[in-house]
Amino acid sequence: MSRLAPGHRGCPGCCDAMAANFVLEAAGDDIIVVSPTGCLEVMTTPYPESAWEVPWIHSLFENAASVAAGIESALKALGRKGNTKIIALAGDGATMDIGTLGLSGAFERGHDITYVCIDNEAYMNTGVQRSGGTPYGASTTTSPTGKESFGNRTQKKNMPAIMAAHGAPYVTTTSISYPKDMMRKVKKAVDIEGPCYIHAHAPCSTGWRFESSRTVEIGKLAVETALWPLYEIEYSEITGVKKIKNRKPVEDYLKAQGRFKHLFTKEGGEKEIAKIQDIADWNVKHYELE
Amino acid sequence: MKIAIGGMVEPGSTRVNKTGSWRIYRPLYHRDKCIKCGICSMLCPDSSVKAQEDGYVIFDYEYCKGCGICAYECPKDAIEMVLEEK
Repeated sequence: MSRLAPGHRGCPGCCDAMAANFVLEAAGDDIIVVSPTGCLEVMTTPYPESAWEVPWIHSLFENAASVAAGIESALKALGRKGNTKIIALAGDGATMDIGTLGLSGAFERGHDITYVCIDNEAYMNTGVQRSGGTPYGASTTTSPTGKESFGNRTQKKNMPAIMAAHGAPYVTTTSISYPKDMMRKVKKAVDIEGPCYIHAHAPCSTGWRFESSRTVEIGKLAVETALWPLYEIEYSEITGVKKIKNRKPVEDYLKAQGRFKHLFTKEGGEKEIAKIQDIADWNVKHYELE
Repeated sequence: MKIAIGGMVEPGSTRVNKTGSWRIYRPLYHRDKCIKCGICSMLCPDSSVKAQEDGYVIFDYEYCKGCGICAYECPKDAIEMVLEEK
């Protein structure tokens, strides 16, 4: 059982470190990990140190999937692929904005890689700028709340749907708050031949502004309110869904985080909350969560 | 600083950085309440709650940053966060 070595520079209660640990535990030791630029990269590898005890490589922000595809192709060409699993561990910025092109290409070509997006819904490493993963209404440094603004104006990009549209053998959502679910899905993905995509929701105490001890609880609330549905897609068909019993109102999730505080203190906030509830209701209907 | 070819470094070498000094609250373990479920060691982002062969855990205060996830998630309140005294 390998994990990240301690001494890494992740914040107390770091969701990235937890995600990396679950992937490492589930995927075994015969792996090569690729990380693009992001929190996970900078906090695990402040030169000349590394928290990784498996082969790990960083190249650029935009090319984690391309590097992973290159490693897979090289190993195959050399006749050395064997059982080695190639895993990309990337943030939401690298996945949903900066590296989407390379990721799409790798999935189109059908490389035998597993790509894990650790989605903490903004560029945390550089100071909480919004990304394609930032949900509607969240305040970030580039979508701040203010006199007129209620935070981020765009909806969270449905990246799993984009990846499923590639016809990949396995696309799934998970959350670091459900370690067993995440580890099962990682194991399933690495054992499947072909490109697999895992989108892991990861609450960030620094960027979302909640106490570090509540990382796991916040992630559970996202699932229990249906703002983060857990499902599995095989060859573009939904094959598994985690049903929700006693669904909670989205307020339970929103009020626990500083990035949504303005929705409860500013005039007109309740209208914004209603829009976010609509997103949850859409998820319930679309993914048949109840 | 001399940079190695490809920027290669030794595995696990962040261990030189003793992050325990970041801690404000320290986890205090009540072994008598522990049911050995292992949730704390599974969740710890800093690999600082280590399950022993007998199922009980030990805390690595050299690296524990005091995030409090172990205490918050413990189903039996067997971990308590107390103010660090240095």
